[in-house]
Amino acid sequence: MSFYKEYKQVKDIDFNSFFDQVTKYDVEKVLAKDRLKREDFLVLLSPLANHYLEEMAQKAHQLTVQNFGKVICLYAPLYLANYCVNQCAYCGFNVKNGFKRDKLTLNQVAQEAKAIVNKGIKDLVVLTGESRKHSPVSYIKDSIKILTEYFSSIAIEVYPMETEEYRELVEAGVDGLTIYQETYDEAIYDQVHITGPKKNYRFRLDAPERGCQAGMRRVNIGPLLGLDDWRKEAFFAGLHADYLQNKYLDTEVSLSLPRLRPHIGSFQPNSIVDDPALVQIILAYRLFLPRLGISLSTRESDQLRDNLLPLGITKMSAESSTFVGGYAENRGVNQFDISDDRTVAEVKELLLARGYQPVFKDWQQI
Amino acid sequence: MIEEKLVIGGVKLESRLFTGTGKFPSKEVIRETLEASNSQVVTMALRRVDFDNPEENVINYIPDNFTLLPNTSGARTAEEVVRIARIAKAAGCGNWIKIEAISDNKYLMPDNQETIKATEILAKEGFVVLPYISPDLMVAKRLEEVGAAAVMPLGAPIGSNRGLKTKELIKILIDEIELPIIVDAGIGKPSHAAEAMEMGADAVLVNTAIATANDPVKMAQAFDYAVQAGRIAYLAGPGAVKDYASASSPLTGFLKGE
Repeated sequence: MSFYKEYKQVKDIDFNSFFDQVTKYDVEKVLAKDRLKREDFLVLLSPLANHYLEEMAQKAHQLTVQNFGKVICLYAPLYLANYCVNQCAYCGFNVKNGFKRDKLTLNQVAQEAKAIVNKGIKDLVVLTGESRKHSPVSYIKDSIKILTEYFSSIAIEVYPMETEEYRELVEAGVDGLTIYQETYDEAIYDQVHITGPKKNYRFRLDAPERGCQAGMRRVNIGPLLGLDDWRKEAFFAGLHADYLQNKYLDTEVSLSLPRLRPHIGSFQPNSIVDDPALVQIILAYRLFLPRLGISLSTRESDQLRDNLLPLGITKMSAESSTFVGGYAENRGVNQFDISDDRTVAEVKELLLARGYQPVFKDWQQI
Repeated sequence: MIEEKLVIGGVKLESRLFTGTGKFPSKEVIRETLEASNSQVVTMALRRVDFDNPEENVINYIPDNFTLLPNTSGARTAEEVVRIARIAKAAGCGNWIKIEAISDNKYLMPDNQETIKATEILAKEGFVVLPYISPDLMVAKRLEEVGAAAVMPLGAPIGSNRGLKTKELIKILIDEIELPIIVDAGIGKPSHAAEAMEMGADAVLVNTAIATANDPVKMAQAFDYAVQAGRIAYLAGPGAVKDYASASSPLTGFLKGE
């Protein structure tokens, strides 16, 4: 069994004709429901539902507070390396982008860890570019062993792995997996992943499920918004999360909503995801999956992040560096530009002022 | 009407309201709320206790007169429960533990079987074990046998604020189990808490309804009063509930020469 089977059943839905038939009555009926079905979720992603953002927001806020409280968990990314063998049209780490590649030594990993922990961050996402050659599982595992001394929770955002490899990393102290499908549309997927192992759509699509099977406590998925029509992408990603949540009850499933950001290279998004669109997606997710974690990165501006807080967000990154070695010293080429460069202390103050408790520790290495 | 104090793990408790530290808008509010609640037992998720950072460590915001009841939130199996409980004890949180063995992230329903296993292990190790369960008589009896200090049945799913949806099942536990019965989860309003206490529950644990109220401090006070009122009503022995009115011209009055 794979999410692919479910995806195949919905991928050819005539979205435009579905959206054309959605009436105000349909939207209002969905808003009055306690439990939403897939069709209801799609109604909330329709152009017509865009006129109901305030109603959706009120309900989403209430559900979020009830399920997660007035609390936001904070985390930071740590880039171990930016070597990458893939040629992805939209990414700054693209193998064809000629910049000097970096990879942290284990000593440098400890230096970075200290610099991040000193800011108060305890929840870490470890990233590498996608290169098994430069960042083999053994290297990631050695880094994790060092990082467990500093952090209470560690997730990985690396190339898709086999179940056994994930299990090995879980045993080493990893408790979370982040892997984005980028786009659910197979043709676009093939087009934007020009060369490299990432061309294998199915291997990536099933990676979150392999993570669940390997014992990851948290699995975070998401589309890279901008590669295809955002309504479709948001719908497929929501179904993917629902699939994982139903099948792996003991895994905390969450979604991220990265929007394409400027980077070196010249790729232009295929679909413009403006702020109202991002808001509509977040609200539809919260109403469809009340227990779903929703994570927001520093890709978004400080002002927007502050306004999105009450709508369903459960986790945010703070004072992030997307450079390899960017915490202990500033250098190199980053994967994408960040928009919110406030310090951890500033984010913490802001959250408190807005009536949210910043949570730095949400797991305990056991 | 003689009120016997609730005693758990050798600790005599004046208040029958147990509180929690999750979901609050700030740690300062936790402190103020706990002070106003009159409660003496507070649960906190060990996963969130930041021992390394005094400013972030929730324990530093809990008034000294409270008994700490660390919980094993995040544990999916008996083995994980046991590991978390041992960490809590080693970190100085005392020997009380609220068992949460939950492998269902959608409804957060407890796994009763894993809970029994963990209770047995931890009770033998000297913990005062308060297991959180789906109300089930046979499970509660097993917990009694393996050394639980109380039983904490849910009224409705955690955080749902739906009230005593499992009332009939909890009533059976109250009638049949010797251990204190503490209704945990689902209590959304002070009136729900009063209802549980009137029914004969020994205590209630309330977190979400207080933490997410617009004014948590006032809501904590309201729960304090509701729990006290419910308890007094239980001791006072409420009249029987009837489906019909007592007729002023009784049909059998002639037997008494009326």
